[in-house]
Amino acid sequence: MTPTPAPLLTVRDLRVVIGGRHILHGVDLEVAASGTTALLGRNGAGKTTTVRGILGLVPRTGSVLLAGEETVRLTTYALVRKGIGYAPEDRGVFAALTVAENLRLAERPGAGEPAYDLVYELFPELKLRARQAAGTLSGGQQQMVAIARTLLNGNRLIIADEPTKGLAPKVVTEVAQVLERAAEAVPVLLVEQNLAVVRRLARHCVVLADGRTAHRGPAADLLADAEAARRLLGVGSTGRPTAGAPVRTAARPAARTTEADA
Amino acid sequence: MSTVVLLTFTGLGLGALYFLVASGLSLIFGLMDVLNFAHGALLSVGAYGTWWAASGHLPGAGPAGAGFAFAVVFGTAVGTVAAVLLELAVIRPLYTRPREQILATVGVGLAVPALLSAIWGSDARPFPGPKALSGTFGLLGAEVPLNRIVLIGAALVVLTALKLFLGRTRHGLVVRAGVEDRAMVTALGIDVRKAFTLVFAIGGAAAALGGALGGLYFGSVDPEQGTSLLIFAFVVVVTGGMGSLTGAALASVAVGLVQQFANYYTTAGLGDLAVVVLLAALLLVRPRGLTGRLA
Repeated sequence: MTPTPAPLLTVRDLRVVIGGRHILHGVDLEVAASGTTALLGRNGAGKTTTVRGILGLVPRTGSVLLAGEETVRLTTYALVRKGIGYAPEDRGVFAALTVAENLRLAERPGAGEPAYDLVYELFPELKLRARQAAGTLSGGQQQMVAIARTLLNGNRLIIADEPTKGLAPKVVTEVAQVLERAAEAVPVLLVEQNLAVVRRLARHCVVLADGRTAHRGPAADLLADAEAARRLLGVGSTGRPTAGAPVRTAARPAARTTEADA
Repeated sequence: MSTVVLLTFTGLGLGALYFLVASGLSLIFGLMDVLNFAHGALLSVGAYGTWWAASGHLPGAGPAGAGFAFAVVFGTAVGTVAAVLLELAVIRPLYTRPREQILATVGVGLAVPALLSAIWGSDARPFPGPKALSGTFGLLGAEVPLNRIVLIGAALVVLTALKLFLGRTRHGLVVRAGVEDRAMVTALGIDVRKAFTLVFAIGGAAAALGGALGGLYFGSVDPEQGTSLLIFAFVVVVTGGMGSLTGAALASVAVGLVQQFANYYTTAGLGDLAVVVLLAALLLVRPRGLTGRLA
């Protein structure tokens, strides 16, 4: 076995409390220095909160190392300027702004020439619709704006939170293609419910359950193990929810056994 | 006819004054969710700064010509500095505590007039303005005071400048995006707090300019001027839709005109009441104001 390179992002004991409610009880995860790492788990497991915690969009404690540098005390904008592109769950597109303005906002003055060539090559449609208000775009087009913003700046890490959620199958394929291509150059942390997309893109995976890390390992191994996938994700490895999927308590013991080898 | 013309220009002049206060109030609320009850105090600071300078206390400033223009610039600058200090010293430390933030701005809104009356007395002071602006001009049989035109012109200039700032500059882009989704702006690597200070400076400058020119309109300055104008500015902001500049402009005109006409043709004071009733009626029909914006 070849030694794996140091992870780009290392999260240790990430805890988030919002309004007195403990949402994350200590998440540990690594984002590999190359390829796509999938962040998986059932609804309410804490995937989006983990991403928001990493970025400092919610108050958090613990440790978030970006290429070895502690960032947990940085404000969101200061951390993002270190080279993170973020496409949030709701796409975070500014509806009243045009497509061009949405992209211009993502430019980072002083961080080199924005990569409009790449963005327009991947999404020729955005060039055609540059002057259109982003709020009038379809869901898929808005997702393209969100992803395009992460690709403008030569980022070191891209975080995409459920980029295929609510999209038509054809658009899901398009988005997956773009992310696949992006991941050739930049590591991607991908929150995703669509296991077909995970299977296609992800090399590594981290599974959360009840605000804790329940499993870490190669994505292919988890998806190949129908029983583990059903237990951890509440779905069959086909990506469809299984009838009578077991409730959360079943995931706990699994967490202990699988965490030992991570 | 001449009465209608006079009332129209007076209403528009008053509307212009409301817009100068409301534009900043609206942008501040839209971007920062801060209800700035101290915004009227910024108007008073601008009014007293101009009055002080135009009364001969500031070398180079005076009641006429270029001296008066300099006094207006000075008053506006003092109001701008006051707004920036207010944001940095009072608003910023309280961002995570909105309730305390509102109380703090209410406190400043009460303290500034008290301070002004402690220094210069609570009585209205005559406002020294250029003779050229205290005259009237004839239009369709009405003698319209020139200061109305000055106010309307200033409001149009401020509206145009703000539109250009918001539409053509990167800072303006950040402000417009921040009105929609502040957190996402920071997630793009932008320090949105700089935009907060900037918006406070712009809002303070507009309000202070309103104070400086309001002195011409009212012919005097008194410590409570800002506070009474603030109430109608809030009516304008809510009517126009929080965070919408165009909405604030339209609502300013509507509120100013309704107030003048109702005060003249019914009982004096009923116009003031009428705009509040209109606001209530509008909110029942369109809870998000004229422009449908709710930040």
